[in-house]
This record gives sequence, structure tokens and C-alpha cells, in this order.
Amino acid sequence: MRDVAVIGVGHTKYGTHNDKGLKELFVEAFLEAVNDVDKGIDPKEIKEVYIGNMGIGGAQLGNLSALMVEQVGIPYTSVRKEENACASSGFAFRDAYIAIKSGLFDIVLAGGVEKMQDLTRDMRTYWLGSSGDVEWERLAGVTFAGVYAMMAIRHMKEYGTKKEQMTMCAVKNHRNAAKNPKAQFQREITLEQAMNSPMVAYPFTIFDCCGTTDGASAVILASGEIAKKYTDTPIWVTGSGGGSDYLALHDRESITRIDAAIKAAREAYKRARREPKEMDLAEVHDCFTIAEILAYEALGFCEMGEGGKLIEEGETEIGGKIPVNPSGGLKAKGHPIGATGTGQVYEIVKQLRGEAERKERQVEGAEIGIAHNVGGSGGSAAVHILER
Amino acid sequence: MGFEKFGKVSFTSETKVGEFVELLEEGKICASKCKNCEKLYFPPRMDCFNCLSSEMEWVELSGRCKLITYTTATFSPTGFEDALPYTQALAEFEEGPKVFAWMSKDIKEEEIKIGMNLKLVPVKIDGKISYEFVKE
Repeated sequence: MRDVAVIGVGHTKYGTHNDKGLKELFVEAFLEAVNDVDKGIDPKEIKEVYIGNMGIGGAQLGNLSALMVEQVGIPYTSVRKEENACASSGFAFRDAYIAIKSGLFDIVLAGGVEKMQDLTRDMRTYWLGSSGDVEWERLAGVTFAGVYAMMAIRHMKEYGTKKEQMTMCAVKNHRNAAKNPKAQFQREITLEQAMNSPMVAYPFTIFDCCGTTDGASAVILASGEIAKKYTDTPIWVTGSGGGSDYLALHDRESITRIDAAIKAAREAYKRARREPKEMDLAEVHDCFTIAEILAYEALGFCEMGEGGKLIEEGETEIGGKIPVNPSGGLKAKGHPIGATGTGQVYEIVKQLRGEAERKERQVEGAEIGIAHNVGGSGGSAAVHILER
Repeated sequence: MGFEKFGKVSFTSETKVGEFVELLEEGKICASKCKNCEKLYFPPRMDCFNCLSSEMEWVELSGRCKLITYTTATFSPTGFEDALPYTQALAEFEEGPKVFAWMSKDIKEEEIKIGMNLKLVPVKIDGKISYEFVKE
């Protein structure tokens, strides 16, 4: 089968954009992706479009993707919105990969956009909560933080994971985001400060939880045969995996694993013919600090239950055995739901090209990277392996 | 039918499992059971995903269960602010299925231990019916 390459990537600054709407954020990411194609591309060459969006607040629930492409002068294409909660654009990227791999299309766009900051806190909490099980969890008054907190408590009990170890993920991710001009929270925090911040859902304090973010990201993919016509540095998509699981925790076999991510990772490694130890960096879905530890375990960077030790030993820092979230991750780079998956791909592509915005954040000599994007509390997950 | 009377914030008033709420009002915690493959469902489902049969029957559970995990919320979604802080938990029934529910306010935080025995019982909240964990 034919190869698939990323030829251009774009990413708005993540954060609060009081002066920009949903459509304008998408335009910004799209134009950056087009201009990133070093030998140039005419947007009209894009034949299929996949846009991740959850429609937080309902802004443009129907036909969102048609509205987005008309903003950038390509109204006459073939589009769809992809919604898998926080994994929406991870799946948009997967479907773009499949569209090219199948042989049907040569140039495809995957992206994502979310505007969350113009909502009241109540509406945001409602919309976010609705990605978990609505009937039996959300309407019983549990927040997303609460669902992940229950996974954390059980992980602590079964494996002896400590709250400090979980919170170390947030401290690391803030340290990386402090050097990322596109991050929402470009400041360092201390472990003591994070541990003593207000409690949200025991054992999580506020620094164990990601914030709410406006932002957009866009990735242009091309078939292997023509990629070099557009760029001298194509980044190859060598593996793609997808997974799903029961939504409610009460239906899952185990609550100390995200089985959707384990399945997706297995598929991606198999397609890429790679092993976890070959990865040079990872962008993972740290919506809550326990989620980063579960990601280490799902991606095989350590044994099940050993994730807490991996962060404590510094192995996931830039310079460690497997740097995780050099961008700052969802916690500190930000988490604009529908844009998060292709935002992770943006970071990996930049890192593999040696183009991280600041040198201190560059993973030296990185050749292979992996992106791990989870929907809700694990109802869906997409994993991708990219290579230089 | 049935679910308009369930929980603090109502949902899914139209479903094939509506009788669950009527049974709850009679003081019975019920699971649904597939007549074909005998798989037990809690919360109830009327279509078995194991063998794809839709021939189901109600089975009363003992309510006895063991605590798997819990969390205490200090922030809540809309409609639950007046109850803060509250503890919610996941437990496993002795019959097998797992259940997510509120912990009774009578259980003090320092008493909560993973693996402890609990009992799920029907409760009235603001004139509506639900269930919660009490000490066994």
C-alpha cells in the first residue's frame, strides 16, 4: 500500500482569544499549514477535509466543516465534522490517513477547532461532562475530574501510585509550556504550589486538571508518491490505531487502564512495525494528571502500574529516556477539545523536523514520535506514529 | 415512563427500562437478566449485547457490594451545588455487576476504605427516587 506523509502543519496560540471567533481561529491554523508547505501548495488541491470539533456550547452544531472551508476559499470540496469528544481530531487525522492510504485521494486536510472561553462555567461543565456516560454518571452529578479521580484512587490502591507522582506530570508539563510560545500557560509551577492548590475532586487539586482553551490546528497530508513535490522534509505517518470502549466506568473490565488507548497503541505499533522503546518522544492526552500516567502504561513506556515511578525518575522529561509532552501537553499547552489531536501531530512534526519554536524545548535528534489522543474518560482513543 | 421520577436531575424519561424506577419505589434494587445467555445488567439494559437477544427479565439484587473506588467532589455540575461536598463511589455487587452511586452522608470520610462492605438502598431526594450506598 502507498505511503502517507504530513507536508504542512498549522496551530494557533492556545488560550483565551476574546478577539477571535470559531471561524477566525480555523482560518489562522489553516493559513499557517498552507504556508508551512515549503515548496508551496494551492489550497484547491485539497480534495477531502476532516475537522474535529465537539461543538462546545452548540455554536455551529450542524454543517460545521462546510462553514470552515468556505472561510478559506475552498467551498467546493468534500467535508465532514468528526466528533469523538476530546479525540475528535485524532480521528480526523486517522480518517485523512485512511483516505490517502486507500488510494482514493492524494491531498487531504485534517484539523480541529474549538471555542470554549465564550461560555459560562455552567455550560462548559455541562458540555464537557456529556462526553462521559450521560445517563448514569453525568446526570448523577459527577464531573470529568470526578471520573478520572476515581481511576486515580484505584490506581493508588492497586499499584501504590502517589498523588505527588501524578502532580509531577503537571509540574513537568508547565516547565515545557514555559518555553512554548503557542502554549496557554507559559509559566512554571512548583510541586508544593500544585499540591496545595484548591481541591476539585479528591485526590485532584486544580493543577491536576487541564483548563478550558480556545484554539485550532490543521495538518495537510499527501500520498507518498507526490509528497516530495511539496516539501523536502515530509514526515511519514507510519502507524495509525483506533480504539473504543464502554463509556461508563461501571461497565469496564478495569478502571486502572484505558483499554481503548491500549488497543489503538497496539494497532499503531503493529502497522509501523515499531516497538515502544524505539520512540524518541510522545505527545499524550494528559487531561488529568493520572491520564498521563495511564498513557505511559498504554503506550508501553513502562509496565502496568509503573507509571508513577517513570515520572518520578525523570525519564519523561526532555533529556530523559522518553520525553513526554515537550509541548506542555493538555495541562499547560492547552486543550481546545476538537483541536487537540491534530495539535499533538503539529508538535511531533515540528520536533521531527528539528523546528521546535525554542531550542531548549527541542528533543535532540528525534526521528520517531507517537501521539496519543483519548476521547472523554476513555470511550475512544487514536494513536499515531510519525517518522522523519 | 418512569425515569422522570429518578435522580436529582432527571433524564431519559422514555426507555424500555422504565420499570426499573417502579421497582425501586417498591424498595427493590433490580438488574435485568438475559433469558437466553443469563448475562446480568446493572444499570439495566433491555437488549443483551452479549448474545443480542431482547428477551429480558427483572432480577432483584441483594444490594450487598464492595467498594472499588470513590471521589469527593468540591466542585459540581449545575444542579448539584447545594449538595457539595459529596462523595460518589463505584462498587461491585456480590452478583457481579458494578454500580456507580452516591455515598450516604452518614458515612464519614475517614471511614471510607477500598474493599469495605456497602449496601445499595433506594432513597428519596427532593421527592424523587434514587439509590445510595450505606454501611453494610
